[in-house]
Amino acid sequence: MNMHYSSAGGAHRDNLAKGETLLQVDNISLSFGGVKAIQDVSFDIKKGEIRAIIGPNGAGKTSMLNVINGFYHPQEGTITFRGKERRRMRPHVAAQQGISRTFQNIALFKGMSVLDNIMTGRMTLQKRNMLWHALWHGPAQMEELEHRAAVEKIIDFLEIEAIRKTPSGRLPYGLQKRVELGRALAAEPALLLLDEPMAGMNLEEKEDMSRFILDVNHQFGTTIALIEHDMGVVMDLSDRVMVLDYGRKIGDGTPDDVRKNRDVIDAYLGVSHDD
Amino acid sequence: MFYREAGDFKTSYAADQQTFPIKSERWLFWAFIAIAFLVVPFFINDYWNKAVLMPLLIYAMAALGLNILTGYCGQVSLGTGGFMAVGAYACYKLMTAFPGMDMFSVVILSGFITAGVGLLFGIPSLRIKGFYLAVATLAAQFFLVWMFNKFAWFYNYSASGQITAPERTVFGIAVTGPSTTPWATYLFALTFVFVFGWVARNLTRGRLGRSWMAIRDMDIAAEIIGVSPLRAKLSAFGVSSFYIGMAGAMFFANYLGAIEVTEAFGIEKSFLVLFMVIIGGLGSILGSFLGAVFLVLLPVLLKNIMVGYLGWATDLAAHVQIMLIGGLIVFFLIAEPHGLAQLWRVTKEKLRLWPFPY
Ligand SMILES: Nc1ncnc2c1ncn2[C@@H]1O[C@H](COP(=O)(O)OP(=O)(O)OP(=O)(O)O)[C@@H](O)[C@H]1O
Ligand SMILES: [Mg+2]
Repeated sequence: MNMHYSSAGGAHRDNLAKGETLLQVDNISLSFGGVKAIQDVSFDIKKGEIRAIIGPNGAGKTSMLNVINGFYHPQEGTITFRGKERRRMRPHVAAQQGISRTFQNIALFKGMSVLDNIMTGRMTLQKRNMLWHALWHGPAQMEELEHRAAVEKIIDFLEIEAIRKTPSGRLPYGLQKRVELGRALAAEPALLLLDEPMAGMNLEEKEDMSRFILDVNHQFGTTIALIEHDMGVVMDLSDRVMVLDYGRKIGDGTPDDVRKNRDVIDAYLGVSHDD
Repeated sequence: MFYREAGDFKTSYAADQQTFPIKSERWLFWAFIAIAFLVVPFFINDYWNKAVLMPLLIYAMAALGLNILTGYCGQVSLGTGGFMAVGAYACYKLMTAFPGMDMFSVVILSGFITAGVGLLFGIPSLRIKGFYLAVATLAAQFFLVWMFNKFAWFYNYSASGQITAPERTVFGIAVTGPSTTPWATYLFALTFVFVFGWVARNLTRGRLGRSWMAIRDMDIAAEIIGVSPLRAKLSAFGVSSFYIGMAGAMFFANYLGAIEVTEAFGIEKSFLVLFMVIIGGLGSILGSFLGAVFLVLLPVLLKNIMVGYLGWATDLAAHVQIMLIGGLIVFFLIAEPHGLAQLWRVTKEKLRLWPFPY
């Protein structure tokens, strides 16, 4: 691997040491009309770890990511990111603060090439305004070239050199997932949210993706929150696991703890709830 | 195999970013530009200027503007005619209020004024999308035309309700008014289209262009990865209106010389420019030009064939022409949504492989 971030957490440098709390979620409740998607959930994400969020379908995992990056606004609870309690914010502000993500249903920009998709990931790092861009030659071009070089490193890292000019809508599913990871990485995030990055992949593709995730975490120290249904993958990759069921947290701990947890086993085996 | 890119390797990202990465294409482009600037002015006559070249250049400018908004940023607009009217009236007011101002500045300032109005009408796009936005821009179209008719201040209380461009010069040569020459108006418009065509290419190739396309392709994902929808949409509305305003100013001052707003900038203008963008290619600078060339030349050509050569009645020819253009639009929407620009790209790919199909 020959990709170098400027530091752990890339462009979003902070003073946190590995193992300190990066994100703290307290007593979050979120509902849509009558549907209680999340009920009074608290947990934290430590800097440098891979934090898995698991649970049956409809448990509220995606909703939790949406809350973290400001797309959903919970009715109750607080979120503290890098020591600052966050007020209600728009998703692009969360992105500027260093939270980037991939989506459960691929959300690439289909009309744009792979290169442009990943370049778009660096949106928050580029500063030149419209007037410079109108002139192009000079500062705007220099900035573009600088970011192009960074993006080429990501392209090498993900081994997608051959498709950089291909419109992303034309790619097979597995590659689209990989490009989406590239776009999220391009932001050099402090916190990377991955929503089922391996869903629908075959074994080989899953192995590749697992390797990429581990490399990102080990080499750049990027903190990762990962939603995944494949238990094998979760147990292998993650440092700590949180389990949601019907919007409630029913387990939290190391993969081994969680595997032994009675409630978790019941939830996965579909034992009926008495409440 | 004269058209090829083998051996034309890129050794830097800068070379890879070029507008025309292939050498032969680059030469073709500059030869074309040289002919347009250095040869055409010597052969131009009034018919070619009025029937073909001026409308072609001015519509290309308007199509560039609409393509930025609709093709790049995905915001459908039916207000092009209305925004051209803003440009025309801004131009008229500037020309009459500041007789000493040179024509370059007048057209550019008209563009900026239109950009301001465009920003205002772009605000609803932050809340509404697609069909509803199209209807809102349609309302802008009718409102603007109504406004320019209603308030006599806009046409300086002239009895006819028309606005007429006084003579203005550039480097001492008249480019508006009764004593202009075809080559002067042509070169004036060509300069604008060349410079701002290049600017449009620059704006769309970098971060700003990507923020527009991201909003177009998937607005929620765009916002989540850090594109501010407010900035992206409003900048698209502003830049787009700037171009359309300059087109309106030149349409009035350099091309027609005198206009009446309902006639010159009605809803048909909005549709005409939209059709140019669709046929030429949504989200393509080249497409904006191809669409304008196509829809300006086609009627001239058809008229010459049907009326001049086949001897049909003028109204029959006009109806056939409308049907043909309608058919073409349906064809492009269904078969090739990326328009003539895409056909050109595909042809190039084929040429590159020729004579071996695989
Ligand atoms: N925008 C929304 N409007 C209404 N209900 C929603 C919305 N988003 C999520 N929900 C509901 O919230 C609950 C949790 O959904 P969520 O998508 O977070 O589950 P999940 O754990 O990601 O499930 P899956 O494993 O199927 O992806 C579901 O009942 C879902 O229907
Ligand atoms: Mg989900």
